[in-house]
Amino acid sequence: MRSVLAVLTVVAAIVAIWYAACLPMNIKGVLTEAERAGAVVSPEGAAARRAMSPWALVARNGFAIPATWEQERPRLPAPHQVAVELWQTTVNKKITSKRSLVYHGWVTLSATLLGFAIGTGLGILLAVGIVHSRVMDMSVMPWAIVSQTIPIIALAPMIIVVLYSVGVQGIIPKAVISAYLSFFPVVVGMVKGLRSPGPMQLDLLKTYFASGGQVFWKLRLPASMPYLFASLKIGIAASLVGAIVGELPTGAVAGLGARLLAGSYYGQTVQIWAALFAAAILAACLVGLLGLIERVTLKRMGMAA
Amino acid sequence: MMLVALAFVLWLLGWWINTRLAEGPVAQTRVVRLAVPLIFGATILLVWELLVRGLQVPLVILPAPSLIAARFMASLPILWQDFVQTFVKGALSGYLIGCSAAFLMAVAVDRSDFLRRGLLPVGNFVAALPIVGTAPILVMWFGFDWQSKAAVVVVMVFFPVLVNTVAGLRETSAMQRDLMETYAASYWQGFFKLRLPAAMPFIFNGLKIATTLALIGAIVAEFFGSPTVGMGFRISTSVGQLALDMVWAEIVVAALAGSLFYGLVALIEKAVTFWHPSQRG
Repeated sequence: MRSVLAVLTVVAAIVAIWYAACLPMNIKGVLTEAERAGAVVSPEGAAARRAMSPWALVARNGFAIPATWEQERPRLPAPHQVAVELWQTTVNKKITSKRSLVYHGWVTLSATLLGFAIGTGLGILLAVGIVHSRVMDMSVMPWAIVSQTIPIIALAPMIIVVLYSVGVQGIIPKAVISAYLSFFPVVVGMVKGLRSPGPMQLDLLKTYFASGGQVFWKLRLPASMPYLFASLKIGIAASLVGAIVGELPTGAVAGLGARLLAGSYYGQTVQIWAALFAAAILAACLVGLLGLIERVTLKRMGMAA
Repeated sequence: MMLVALAFVLWLLGWWINTRLAEGPVAQTRVVRLAVPLIFGATILLVWELLVRGLQVPLVILPAPSLIAARFMASLPILWQDFVQTFVKGALSGYLIGCSAAFLMAVAVDRSDFLRRGLLPVGNFVAALPIVGTAPILVMWFGFDWQSKAAVVVVMVFFPVLVNTVAGLRETSAMQRDLMETYAASYWQGFFKLRLPAAMPFIFNGLKIATTLALIGAIVAEFFGSPTVGMGFRISTSVGQLALDMVWAEIVVAALAGSLFYGLVALIEKAVTFWHPSQRG
Protein backbone atom coordinates (compact mmCIF):
# COMPACT_ATOMS: atom_id res chain seq x y z
CA MET A 1 0.00 0.00 0.00
CA ARG A 2 2.76 2.41 0.93
CA SER A 3 4.58 1.47 -2.24
CA VAL A 4 1.55 2.31 -4.38
CA LEU A 5 1.35 5.69 -2.71
CA ALA A 6 5.07 6.26 -3.29
CA VAL A 7 4.81 5.32 -6.96
CA LEU A 8 1.83 7.63 -7.40
CA THR A 9 3.78 10.46 -5.76
CA VAL A 10 6.70 9.98 -8.12
CA VAL A 11 4.40 9.85 -11.16
CA ALA A 12 2.58 12.98 -9.98
CA ALA A 13 5.93 14.74 -9.53
CA ILE A 14 6.94 13.80 -13.07
CA VAL A 15 3.66 15.11 -14.50
CA ALA A 16 4.04 18.34 -12.51
CA ILE A 17 7.59 18.83 -13.80
CA TRP A 18 6.31 18.15 -17.29
CA TYR A 19 3.61 20.86 -17.01
CA ALA A 20 6.16 23.29 -15.61
CA ALA A 21 8.59 22.50 -18.42
CA CYS A 22 5.92 23.40 -20.96
CA LEU A 23 6.14 27.04 -19.82
CA PRO A 24 9.71 27.87 -20.90
CA MET A 25 9.61 25.49 -23.87
CA ASN A 26 6.49 26.97 -25.47
CA ILE A 27 6.39 30.57 -24.26
CA LYS A 28 8.15 32.10 -27.27
CA GLY A 29 5.83 30.49 -29.79
CA VAL A 30 2.78 31.43 -27.74
CA LEU A 31 3.86 35.08 -27.47
CA THR A 32 4.52 35.32 -31.20
CA GLU A 33 1.05 33.96 -31.91
CA ALA A 34 -0.54 36.27 -29.33
CA GLU A 35 1.19 39.30 -30.77
CA ARG A 36 -0.03 38.42 -34.24
CA ALA A 37 -3.55 38.13 -32.85
CA GLY A 38 -3.25 41.66 -31.47
CA ALA A 39 -2.55 41.09 -27.77
CA VAL A 40 -0.16 43.36 -25.90
CA VAL A 41 3.05 41.47 -25.23
CA SER A 42 6.07 42.70 -23.35
CA PRO A 43 8.62 43.20 -24.79
CA GLU A 44 7.22 43.78 -28.27
CA GLY A 45 8.71 42.15 -31.36
CA ALA A 46 9.95 38.59 -31.71
CA ALA A 47 13.54 39.80 -32.18
CA ALA A 48 13.58 41.49 -28.77
CA ARG A 49 12.31 38.32 -27.13
CA ARG A 50 14.74 35.97 -28.76
CA ALA A 51 17.66 36.87 -26.52
CA MET A 52 15.62 36.83 -23.30
CA SER A 53 15.49 33.88 -20.97
CA PRO A 54 12.21 31.95 -21.27
CA TRP A 55 11.51 32.21 -17.52
CA ALA A 56 11.72 36.02 -17.65
CA LEU A 57 9.23 35.99 -20.52
CA VAL A 58 6.89 33.79 -18.50
CA ALA A 59 7.16 36.20 -15.55
CA ARG A 60 6.40 39.25 -17.66
CA ASN A 61 3.52 37.70 -19.62
CA GLY A 62 1.54 35.85 -16.99
CA PHE A 63 -1.62 35.95 -19.10
CA ALA A 64 0.00 33.61 -21.67
CA ILE A 65 0.59 30.74 -19.26
CA PRO A 66 -2.62 28.77 -20.00
CA ALA A 67 -1.91 29.06 -23.71
CA THR A 68 1.41 27.22 -23.35
CA TRP A 69 -0.59 24.10 -22.57
CA GLU A 70 -2.99 24.51 -25.49
CA GLN A 71 -0.80 25.20 -28.52
CA GLU A 72 -1.47 23.32 -31.71
CA ARG A 73 2.14 22.54 -32.55
CA PRO A 74 4.01 23.08 -29.28
CA ARG A 75 7.69 22.29 -28.82
CA LEU A 76 6.64 20.29 -25.77
CA PRO A 77 3.00 19.23 -25.68
CA ALA A 78 1.32 19.13 -22.27
CA PRO A 79 0.39 15.71 -20.84
CA HIS A 80 -3.32 16.19 -21.39
CA GLN A 81 -2.74 17.09 -25.05
CA VAL A 82 -0.90 13.82 -25.54
CA ALA A 83 -3.60 11.93 -23.66
CA VAL A 84 -6.32 13.51 -25.81
CA GLU A 85 -4.41 12.69 -28.99
CA LEU A 86 -3.91 9.10 -27.81
CA TRP A 87 -7.61 8.77 -27.03
CA GLN A 88 -8.61 10.36 -30.36
CA THR A 89 -6.39 8.12 -32.44
CA THR A 90 -7.11 4.87 -30.65
CA VAL A 91 -10.70 4.84 -29.40
CA ASN A 92 -12.36 7.45 -31.60
CA LYS A 93 -10.93 6.26 -34.91
CA LYS A 94 -11.92 3.20 -36.89
CA ILE A 95 -9.04 0.76 -36.62
CA THR A 96 -8.88 0.49 -40.41
CA SER A 97 -8.18 4.23 -40.66
CA LYS A 98 -4.64 5.28 -41.63
CA ARG A 99 -4.68 7.71 -38.71
CA SER A 100 -5.54 5.13 -36.10
CA LEU A 101 -2.73 4.28 -33.72
CA VAL A 102 -4.26 0.85 -33.23
CA TYR A 103 -3.65 0.18 -36.90
CA HIS A 104 -0.05 1.44 -36.77
CA GLY A 105 0.53 -0.34 -33.49
CA TRP A 106 -0.68 -3.61 -34.97
CA VAL A 107 1.67 -3.23 -37.96
CA THR A 108 4.60 -2.85 -35.57
CA LEU A 109 3.33 -5.45 -33.13
CA SER A 110 2.90 -8.15 -35.77
CA ALA A 111 6.49 -7.68 -36.97
CA THR A 112 7.68 -7.67 -33.35
CA LEU A 113 5.87 -10.89 -32.44
CA LEU A 114 6.91 -12.73 -35.60
CA GLY A 115 10.54 -11.71 -35.12
CA PHE A 116 10.43 -12.46 -31.41
CA ALA A 117 9.06 -15.96 -32.07
CA ILE A 118 11.76 -16.68 -34.65
CA GLY A 119 14.56 -15.20 -32.55
CA THR A 120 13.48 -16.98 -29.37
CA GLY A 121 13.04 -20.32 -31.13
CA LEU A 122 16.46 -20.18 -32.77
CA GLY A 123 18.01 -18.86 -29.58
CA ILE A 124 16.70 -21.76 -27.51
CA LEU A 125 17.83 -24.26 -30.14
CA LEU A 126 21.33 -22.80 -30.20
CA ALA A 127 21.45 -22.77 -26.41
CA VAL A 128 20.51 -26.45 -26.32
CA GLY A 129 23.25 -27.14 -28.83
CA ILE A 130 25.78 -25.15 -26.82
CA VAL A 131 24.96 -26.96 -23.59
CA HIS A 132 25.29 -30.38 -25.20
CA SER A 133 28.32 -29.82 -27.40
CA ARG A 134 31.66 -28.66 -26.06
CA VAL A 135 32.78 -27.59 -29.52
CA MET A 136 29.81 -25.34 -30.05
CA ASP A 137 30.18 -23.98 -26.55
CA MET A 138 33.80 -23.03 -27.03
CA SER A 139 33.35 -21.76 -30.60
CA VAL A 140 30.07 -19.86 -30.48
CA MET A 141 29.55 -18.76 -26.90
CA PRO A 142 32.32 -16.12 -26.78
CA TRP A 143 30.90 -14.53 -29.93
CA ALA A 144 27.36 -14.56 -28.51
CA ILE A 145 28.65 -12.72 -25.45
CA VAL A 146 30.68 -10.22 -27.47
CA SER A 147 27.67 -9.56 -29.70
CA GLN A 148 25.86 -8.13 -26.65
CA THR A 149 28.37 -5.31 -26.40
CA ILE A 150 28.07 -4.11 -30.00
CA PRO A 151 25.23 -2.02 -31.39
CA ILE A 152 23.92 -4.63 -33.84
CA ILE A 153 20.92 -2.41 -34.45
CA ALA A 154 23.19 -0.50 -36.85
CA LEU A 155 22.61 -3.38 -39.26
CA ALA A 156 18.90 -2.54 -39.49
CA PRO A 157 18.92 -0.17 -42.50
CA MET A 158 21.12 -2.54 -44.46
CA ILE A 159 18.92 -5.56 -43.82
CA ILE A 160 15.86 -3.68 -45.06
CA VAL A 161 17.57 -2.59 -48.27
CA VAL A 162 19.25 -5.93 -48.95
CA LEU A 163 16.04 -7.88 -48.44
CA TYR A 164 14.21 -5.35 -50.60
CA SER A 165 16.72 -5.82 -53.41
CA VAL A 166 16.12 -9.57 -53.42
CA GLY A 167 12.37 -8.97 -53.51
CA VAL A 168 11.42 -9.45 -49.87
CA GLN A 169 9.41 -6.66 -48.30
CA GLY A 170 6.58 -5.99 -45.93
CA ILE A 171 6.66 -7.63 -42.54
CA ILE A 172 9.64 -9.96 -43.07
CA PRO A 173 12.58 -7.47 -43.02
CA LYS A 174 11.34 -5.90 -39.78
CA ALA A 175 10.78 -9.34 -38.31
CA VAL A 176 14.36 -10.30 -39.21
CA ILE A 177 15.69 -7.29 -37.31
CA SER A 178 13.45 -8.09 -34.33
CA ALA A 179 14.59 -11.69 -34.49
CA TYR A 180 18.31 -11.01 -34.32
CA LEU A 181 17.90 -8.44 -31.58
CA SER A 182 16.03 -10.93 -29.37
CA PHE A 183 18.25 -13.85 -30.42
CA PHE A 184 21.42 -13.14 -28.43
CA PRO A 185 19.86 -12.28 -25.06
CA VAL A 186 17.85 -15.51 -25.25
CA VAL A 187 20.93 -17.57 -26.13
CA VAL A 188 22.98 -16.17 -23.26
CA GLY A 189 20.16 -16.41 -20.72
CA MET A 190 19.11 -19.88 -21.80
CA VAL A 191 22.65 -21.28 -21.66
CA LYS A 192 22.93 -19.94 -18.12
CA GLY A 193 19.58 -21.52 -17.26
CA LEU A 194 20.30 -24.91 -18.77
CA ARG A 195 23.57 -24.97 -16.83
CA SER A 196 21.94 -23.94 -13.54
CA PRO A 197 21.33 -27.47 -12.11
CA GLY A 198 24.13 -28.22 -9.66
CA PRO A 199 26.38 -31.31 -9.62
CA MET A 200 24.23 -32.83 -6.85
CA GLN A 201 21.12 -32.75 -8.98
CA LEU A 202 22.93 -34.05 -12.05
CA ASP A 203 24.46 -36.85 -9.98
CA LEU A 204 21.03 -37.79 -8.67
CA LEU A 205 19.72 -38.23 -12.18
CA LYS A 206 22.80 -40.25 -13.01
CA THR A 207 22.05 -42.62 -10.12
CA TYR A 208 18.53 -42.94 -11.56
CA PHE A 209 20.25 -44.07 -14.77
CA ALA A 210 18.58 -41.22 -16.71
CA SER A 211 19.45 -40.84 -20.39
CA GLY A 212 20.69 -37.53 -21.81
CA GLY A 213 17.22 -36.74 -23.13
CA GLN A 214 15.65 -37.45 -19.78
CA VAL A 215 18.15 -35.21 -17.99
CA PHE A 216 17.28 -32.48 -20.46
CA TRP A 217 13.48 -32.75 -20.25
CA LYS A 218 13.18 -33.48 -16.54
CA LEU A 219 15.95 -31.39 -15.03
CA ARG A 220 17.69 -28.89 -17.30
CA LEU A 221 14.65 -27.50 -19.11
CA PRO A 222 12.48 -26.96 -15.98
CA ALA A 223 15.47 -25.47 -14.15
CA SER A 224 16.07 -23.00 -16.97
CA MET A 225 12.57 -21.46 -16.86
CA PRO A 226 13.31 -18.49 -14.55
CA TYR A 227 16.35 -17.60 -16.68
CA LEU A 228 14.36 -18.05 -19.88
CA PHE A 229 11.64 -15.66 -18.74
CA ALA A 230 14.15 -13.05 -17.60
CA SER A 231 15.78 -13.05 -21.03
CA LEU A 232 12.43 -13.20 -22.83
CA LYS A 233 11.48 -9.93 -21.17
CA ILE A 234 14.70 -8.31 -22.37
CA GLY A 235 14.24 -9.93 -25.77
CA ILE A 236 10.72 -8.67 -26.40
CA ALA A 237 11.67 -5.11 -25.47
CA ALA A 238 14.62 -5.35 -27.87
CA SER A 239 12.34 -6.83 -30.55
CA LEU A 240 9.97 -3.90 -30.31
CA VAL A 241 12.84 -1.41 -30.59
CA GLY A 242 14.07 -3.39 -33.60
CA ALA A 243 10.71 -3.27 -35.34
CA ILE A 244 10.39 0.47 -34.71
CA VAL A 245 13.91 1.22 -35.93
CA GLY A 246 13.31 -1.07 -38.90
CA GLU A 247 10.55 1.25 -40.06
CA LEU A 248 12.77 4.34 -40.07
CA PRO A 249 15.24 4.06 -42.95
CA THR A 250 12.83 2.99 -45.70
CA GLY A 251 10.26 5.65 -45.04
CA ALA A 252 7.66 2.98 -44.27
CA VAL A 253 4.10 4.24 -44.49
CA ALA A 254 2.66 2.26 -41.59
CA GLY A 255 3.81 1.44 -38.11
CA LEU A 256 4.74 3.32 -34.96
CA GLY A 257 8.23 4.10 -36.32
CA ALA A 258 6.64 5.56 -39.45
CA ARG A 259 4.38 7.71 -37.25
CA LEU A 260 7.46 9.00 -35.37
CA LEU A 261 9.25 9.79 -38.61
CA ALA A 262 6.24 11.46 -40.25
CA GLY A 263 5.64 13.49 -37.13
CA SER A 264 9.25 14.70 -37.07
CA TYR A 265 9.12 15.64 -40.79
CA TYR A 266 5.94 17.70 -40.46
CA GLY A 267 6.56 19.13 -37.00
CA GLN A 268 3.51 17.33 -35.56
CA THR A 269 4.90 17.11 -32.05
CA VAL A 270 1.69 15.89 -30.45
CA GLN A 271 1.63 13.04 -32.95
CA ILE A 272 5.23 12.09 -32.10
CA TRP A 273 4.49 12.03 -28.39
CA ALA A 274 1.32 10.02 -28.93
CA ALA A 275 3.21 7.46 -31.03
CA LEU A 276 5.95 7.37 -28.40
CA PHE A 277 3.47 6.69 -25.63
CA ALA A 278 1.71 4.10 -27.74
CA ALA A 279 5.06 2.34 -28.16
CA ALA A 280 5.71 2.61 -24.44
CA ILE A 281 2.28 1.21 -23.57
CA LEU A 282 2.80 -1.60 -26.08
CA ALA A 283 6.19 -2.45 -24.56
CA ALA A 284 4.75 -2.34 -21.05
CA CYS A 285 1.88 -4.64 -22.06
CA LEU A 286 4.21 -7.13 -23.72
CA VAL A 287 6.61 -7.23 -20.76
CA GLY A 288 3.66 -7.36 -18.36
CA LEU A 289 2.10 -10.24 -20.28
CA LEU A 290 5.35 -12.17 -20.17
CA GLY A 291 5.58 -11.45 -16.45
CA LEU A 292 2.09 -12.85 -15.98
CA ILE A 293 2.90 -16.00 -17.96
CA GLU A 294 6.07 -16.32 -15.92
CA ARG A 295 4.15 -16.09 -12.63
CA VAL A 296 1.57 -18.67 -13.71
CA THR A 297 4.14 -21.06 -15.17
CA LEU A 298 6.52 -20.91 -12.22
CA LYS A 299 3.61 -21.32 -9.82
CA ARG A 300 2.38 -24.43 -11.57
CA MET A 301 5.93 -25.76 -11.57
CA GLY A 302 6.20 -25.06 -7.87
CA MET A 303 9.04 -22.58 -8.33
CA ALA A 304 7.21 -19.38 -7.40
CA ALA A 305 9.29 -17.15 -5.21
CA MET B 1 31.70 -24.17 -58.11
CA MET B 2 35.27 -24.96 -57.12
CA LEU B 3 35.21 -22.15 -54.58
CA VAL B 4 31.92 -23.29 -53.09
CA ALA B 5 33.28 -26.80 -52.69
CA LEU B 6 36.42 -25.34 -51.15
CA ALA B 7 34.29 -23.36 -48.71
CA PHE B 8 32.51 -26.53 -47.70
CA VAL B 9 35.79 -28.38 -47.19
CA LEU B 10 37.18 -25.49 -45.20
CA TRP B 11 34.15 -25.43 -42.94
CA LEU B 12 34.54 -29.13 -42.21
CA LEU B 13 38.27 -28.66 -41.60
CA GLY B 14 37.72 -25.79 -39.18
CA TRP B 15 35.05 -27.75 -37.34
CA TRP B 16 37.29 -30.81 -37.18
CA ILE B 17 40.19 -28.81 -35.71
CA ASN B 18 37.90 -27.26 -33.13
CA THR B 19 36.40 -30.62 -32.21
CA ARG B 20 39.87 -32.05 -31.71
CA LEU B 21 40.92 -29.06 -29.62
CA ALA B 22 37.75 -28.90 -27.54
CA GLU B 23 37.60 -32.59 -26.73
CA GLY B 24 41.33 -33.13 -26.49
CA PRO B 25 43.36 -33.15 -23.29
CA VAL B 26 44.43 -29.50 -23.64
CA ALA B 27 40.88 -28.12 -23.79
CA GLN B 28 41.11 -26.25 -20.49
CA THR B 29 44.31 -24.32 -21.21
CA ARG B 30 44.11 -20.60 -21.83
CA VAL B 31 45.53 -20.78 -25.33
CA VAL B 32 42.94 -23.27 -26.52
CA ARG B 33 40.10 -21.35 -24.90
CA LEU B 34 41.19 -18.35 -26.93
CA ALA B 35 42.11 -20.24 -30.08
CA VAL B 36 38.83 -22.11 -30.57
CA PRO B 37 36.57 -19.06 -30.98
CA LEU B 38 39.24 -17.38 -33.11
CA ILE B 39 39.45 -20.39 -35.43
CA PHE B 40 35.66 -20.40 -35.59
CA GLY B 41 35.57 -16.70 -36.49
CA ALA B 42 38.31 -17.05 -39.09
CA THR B 43 36.54 -20.03 -40.66
CA ILE B 44 33.31 -18.05 -40.92
CA LEU B 45 35.14 -15.16 -42.61
CA LEU B 46 36.90 -17.46 -45.09
CA VAL B 47 33.73 -19.37 -45.92
CA TRP B 48 31.92 -16.05 -46.38
CA GLU B 49 34.64 -14.84 -48.74
CA LEU B 50 34.68 -18.05 -50.76
CA LEU B 51 30.91 -18.29 -50.99
CA VAL B 52 30.52 -14.69 -52.11
CA ARG B 53 33.14 -15.21 -54.81
CA GLY B 54 32.02 -18.67 -55.79
CA LEU B 55 28.34 -17.83 -56.10
CA GLN B 56 29.13 -14.34 -57.44
CA VAL B 57 26.83 -12.64 -54.97
CA PRO B 58 26.33 -9.04 -56.12
CA LEU B 59 27.86 -6.28 -54.03
CA VAL B 60 24.45 -4.85 -53.16
CA ILE B 61 23.52 -8.00 -51.27
CA LEU B 62 26.67 -9.02 -49.47
CA PRO B 63 30.20 -7.73 -50.05
CA ALA B 64 33.13 -10.08 -49.46
CA PRO B 65 35.18 -9.55 -46.27
CA SER B 66 38.25 -8.66 -48.36
CA LEU B 67 36.28 -5.87 -50.04
CA ILE B 68 35.11 -4.60 -46.66
CA ALA B 69 38.67 -4.65 -45.34
CA ALA B 70 39.90 -2.80 -48.42
CA ARG B 71 37.17 -0.20 -48.03
CA PHE B 72 37.97 0.07 -44.33
CA MET B 73 41.65 0.76 -44.98
CA ALA B 74 40.92 3.13 -47.88
CA SER B 75 38.49 5.32 -45.94
CA LEU B 76 40.23 5.51 -42.58
CA PRO B 77 40.01 9.35 -42.43
CA ILE B 78 36.24 9.34 -43.04
CA LEU B 79 35.71 6.53 -40.55
CA TRP B 80 37.78 8.38 -37.96
CA GLN B 81 35.73 11.56 -38.48
CA ASP B 82 32.50 9.60 -38.10
CA PHE B 83 33.87 7.89 -35.03
CA VAL B 84 34.78 11.20 -33.40
CA GLN B 85 31.42 12.74 -34.27
CA THR B 86 29.24 9.85 -33.12
CA PHE B 87 31.25 8.15 -30.43
CA VAL B 88 33.44 10.79 -28.79
CA LYS B 89 31.11 13.76 -29.13
CA GLY B 90 27.70 12.10 -29.08
CA ALA B 91 27.87 8.83 -27.19
CA LEU B 92 30.71 9.50 -24.76
CA SER B 93 29.64 12.95 -23.61
CA GLY B 94 26.05 11.75 -23.26
CA TYR B 95 27.25 8.70 -21.37
CA LEU B 96 29.26 10.76 -18.90
CA ILE B 97 26.46 13.27 -18.34
CA GLY B 98 23.74 10.64 -18.09
CA CYS B 99 25.63 8.32 -15.77
CA SER B 100 26.74 11.09 -13.39
CA ALA B 101 23.23 12.57 -13.31
CA ALA B 102 21.75 9.15 -12.58
CA PHE B 103 24.34 8.52 -9.88
CA LEU B 104 23.72 11.84 -8.14
CA MET B 105 19.98 11.32 -8.38
CA ALA B 106 20.33 7.85 -6.87
CA VAL B 107 22.38 9.20 -3.96
CA ALA B 108 19.77 11.88 -3.35
CA VAL B 109 16.86 9.46 -3.59
CA ASP B 110 18.59 6.97 -1.33
CA ARG B 111 18.16 9.24 1.69
CA SER B 112 14.39 8.88 1.56
CA ASP B 113 12.81 5.46 1.84
CA PHE B 114 9.55 6.82 0.46
CA LEU B 115 11.15 8.20 -2.70
CA ARG B 116 13.08 5.02 -3.23
CA ARG B 117 9.97 2.87 -3.06
CA GLY B 118 8.32 5.12 -5.59
CA LEU B 119 11.25 5.55 -7.93
CA LEU B 120 12.39 1.94 -8.27
CA PRO B 121 9.23 0.60 -9.97
CA VAL B 122 8.95 3.70 -12.16
CA GLY B 123 12.64 3.48 -13.11
CA ASN B 124 12.39 -0.23 -13.87
CA PHE B 125 9.34 0.45 -15.99
CA VAL B 126 10.99 3.25 -17.95
CA ALA B 127 14.18 1.24 -18.44
CA ALA B 128 12.17 -1.35 -20.40
CA LEU B 129 10.56 1.20 -22.73
CA PRO B 130 11.71 1.91 -26.30
CA ILE B 131 13.44 5.17 -25.34
CA VAL B 132 15.19 5.51 -28.73
CA GLY B 133 11.79 6.78 -29.83
CA THR B 134 12.51 10.09 -28.12
CA ALA B 135 15.20 10.71 -30.74
CA PRO B 136 13.01 12.73 -33.16
CA ILE B 137 11.83 14.97 -30.31
CA LEU B 138 15.33 15.60 -28.99
CA VAL B 139 16.68 16.21 -32.49
CA MET B 140 13.94 18.82 -32.89
CA TRP B 141 14.95 20.52 -29.61
CA PHE B 142 18.73 20.40 -29.76
CA GLY B 143 19.37 20.66 -33.48
CA PHE B 144 21.10 18.26 -35.85
CA ASP B 145 24.59 18.33 -34.34
CA TRP B 146 26.04 16.10 -31.64
CA GLN B 147 24.19 17.84 -28.80
CA SER B 148 20.93 16.14 -29.73
CA LYS B 149 22.69 12.76 -29.92
CA ALA B 150 24.21 13.32 -26.50
CA ALA B 151 20.73 14.19 -25.20
CA VAL B 152 19.29 10.93 -26.55
CA VAL B 153 22.15 9.03 -24.92
CA VAL B 154 21.56 10.81 -21.60
CA VAL B 155 17.90 9.78 -21.60
CA MET B 156 18.77 6.21 -22.59
CA VAL B 157 21.48 5.55 -20.01
CA PHE B 158 19.82 7.43 -17.16
CA PHE B 159 17.30 4.88 -15.96
CA PRO B 160 19.36 1.68 -16.08
CA VAL B 161 22.15 3.36 -14.11
CA LEU B 162 19.68 4.95 -11.68
CA VAL B 163 17.87 1.69 -10.95
CA ASN B 164 21.08 -0.26 -10.50
CA THR B 165 22.67 2.35 -8.26
CA VAL B 166 19.59 2.62 -6.04
CA ALA B 167 19.44 -1.15 -5.77
CA GLY B 168 23.16 -1.32 -5.05
CA LEU B 169 23.04 1.26 -2.26
CA ARG B 170 20.60 -1.04 -0.43
CA GLU B 171 23.03 -3.93 -0.56
CA THR B 172 24.55 -3.57 2.89
CA SER B 173 23.12 -5.68 5.71
CA ALA B 174 21.68 -4.24 8.91
CA MET B 175 24.66 -5.72 10.79
CA GLN B 176 27.17 -3.81 8.70
CA ARG B 177 25.25 -0.56 9.02
CA ASP B 178 24.98 -1.08 12.78
CA LEU B 179 28.72 -1.56 12.94
CA MET B 180 29.25 1.80 11.26
CA GLU B 181 26.79 3.29 13.74
CA THR B 182 28.75 1.93 16.69
CA TYR B 183 31.86 3.55 15.23
CA ALA B 184 29.88 6.84 15.39
CA ALA B 185 30.36 7.24 11.67
CA SER B 186 28.57 10.18 10.09
CA TYR B 187 26.16 9.62 7.19
CA TRP B 188 28.81 10.45 4.59
CA GLN B 189 31.49 8.34 6.29
CA GLY B 190 29.12 5.41 6.27
CA PHE B 191 28.29 6.20 2.69
CA PHE B 192 31.85 6.40 1.36
CA LYS B 193 33.40 3.65 3.47
CA LEU B 194 30.62 1.08 3.48
CA ARG B 195 27.64 1.60 1.23
CA LEU B 196 29.29 3.02 -1.89
CA PRO B 197 31.92 0.25 -2.14
CA ALA B 198 29.20 -2.35 -1.51
CA ALA B 199 27.13 -0.82 -4.31
CA MET B 200 29.97 -0.87 -6.84
CA PRO B 201 29.17 -4.25 -8.47
CA PHE B 202 25.62 -3.04 -9.10
CA ILE B 203 26.72 0.36 -10.35
CA PHE B 204 29.12 -1.23 -12.79
CA ASN B 205 26.40 -3.58 -13.97
CA GLY B 206 24.36 -0.51 -14.86
CA LEU B 207 27.37 1.21 -16.43
CA LYS B 208 28.06 -1.84 -18.60
CA ILE B 209 24.46 -2.03 -19.82
CA ALA B 210 24.69 1.69 -20.55
CA THR B 211 27.77 1.36 -22.81
CA THR B 212 25.78 -0.55 -25.43
CA LEU B 213 22.76 1.70 -25.04
CA ALA B 214 24.92 4.79 -25.52
CA LEU B 215 26.19 3.63 -28.92
CA ILE B 216 22.73 2.50 -30.02
CA GLY B 217 21.25 5.85 -29.01
CA ALA B 218 23.91 7.90 -30.76
CA ILE B 219 23.67 5.89 -33.99
CA VAL B 220 19.87 5.66 -34.16
CA ALA B 221 19.45 9.36 -33.34
CA GLU B 222 21.45 10.15 -36.48
CA PHE B 223 18.82 8.40 -38.58
CA PHE B 224 16.49 11.29 -37.65
CA GLY B 225 18.77 14.02 -38.91
CA SER B 226 22.46 14.82 -38.53
CA PRO B 227 25.23 16.91 -40.04
CA THR B 228 26.94 15.24 -43.00
CA VAL B 229 29.25 13.27 -40.74
CA GLY B 230 28.69 10.50 -38.23
CA MET B 231 28.31 6.74 -38.19
CA GLY B 232 24.51 6.66 -38.34
CA PHE B 233 24.51 9.26 -41.12
CA ARG B 234 27.12 7.32 -43.09
CA ILE B 235 25.21 4.06 -42.68
CA SER B 236 21.90 5.50 -43.84
CA THR B 237 23.34 7.40 -46.81
CA SER B 238 25.62 4.54 -47.89
CA VAL B 239 22.66 2.18 -47.78
CA GLY B 240 20.84 4.65 -50.03
CA GLN B 241 23.77 4.59 -52.49
CA LEU B 242 23.95 0.79 -52.21
CA ALA B 243 27.59 1.13 -51.12
CA LEU B 244 27.31 -1.81 -48.78
CA ASP B 245 31.07 -2.18 -48.33
CA MET B 246 31.03 1.24 -46.65
CA VAL B 247 28.10 0.20 -44.45
CA TRP B 248 29.96 -2.90 -43.33
CA ALA B 249 33.10 -0.85 -42.65
CA GLU B 250 31.02 1.40 -40.37
CA ILE B 251 29.56 -1.64 -38.67
CA VAL B 252 33.10 -2.90 -38.03
CA VAL B 253 33.91 0.47 -36.45
CA ALA B 254 30.73 0.30 -34.34
CA ALA B 255 31.55 -3.23 -33.23
CA LEU B 256 35.13 -2.31 -32.32
CA ALA B 257 34.04 0.84 -30.50
CA GLY B 258 31.30 -1.02 -28.65
CA SER B 259 33.42 -3.91 -27.46
CA LEU B 260 36.41 -1.69 -26.55
CA PHE B 261 34.15 0.65 -24.59
CA TYR B 262 32.58 -2.29 -22.78
CA GLY B 263 35.98 -3.83 -22.18
CA LEU B 264 37.29 -0.57 -20.73
CA VAL B 265 34.41 -0.29 -18.29
CA ALA B 266 34.85 -3.97 -17.37
CA LEU B 267 38.56 -3.33 -16.70
CA ILE B 268 37.76 -0.41 -14.42
CA GLU B 269 35.21 -2.61 -12.68
CA LYS B 270 37.85 -5.25 -12.11
CA ALA B 271 40.14 -2.70 -10.51
CA VAL B 272 37.41 -1.17 -8.33
CA THR B 273 35.59 -4.30 -7.19
CA PHE B 274 38.60 -6.58 -6.80
CA TRP B 275 37.19 -7.78 -3.47
CA HIS B 276 33.94 -9.12 -4.92
CA PRO B 277 33.55 -12.92 -5.23
CA SER B 278 32.79 -12.70 -8.95
CA GLN B 279 36.16 -11.02 -9.59
CA ARG B 280 38.30 -13.43 -7.62
CA GLY B 281 39.75 -15.95 -10.01
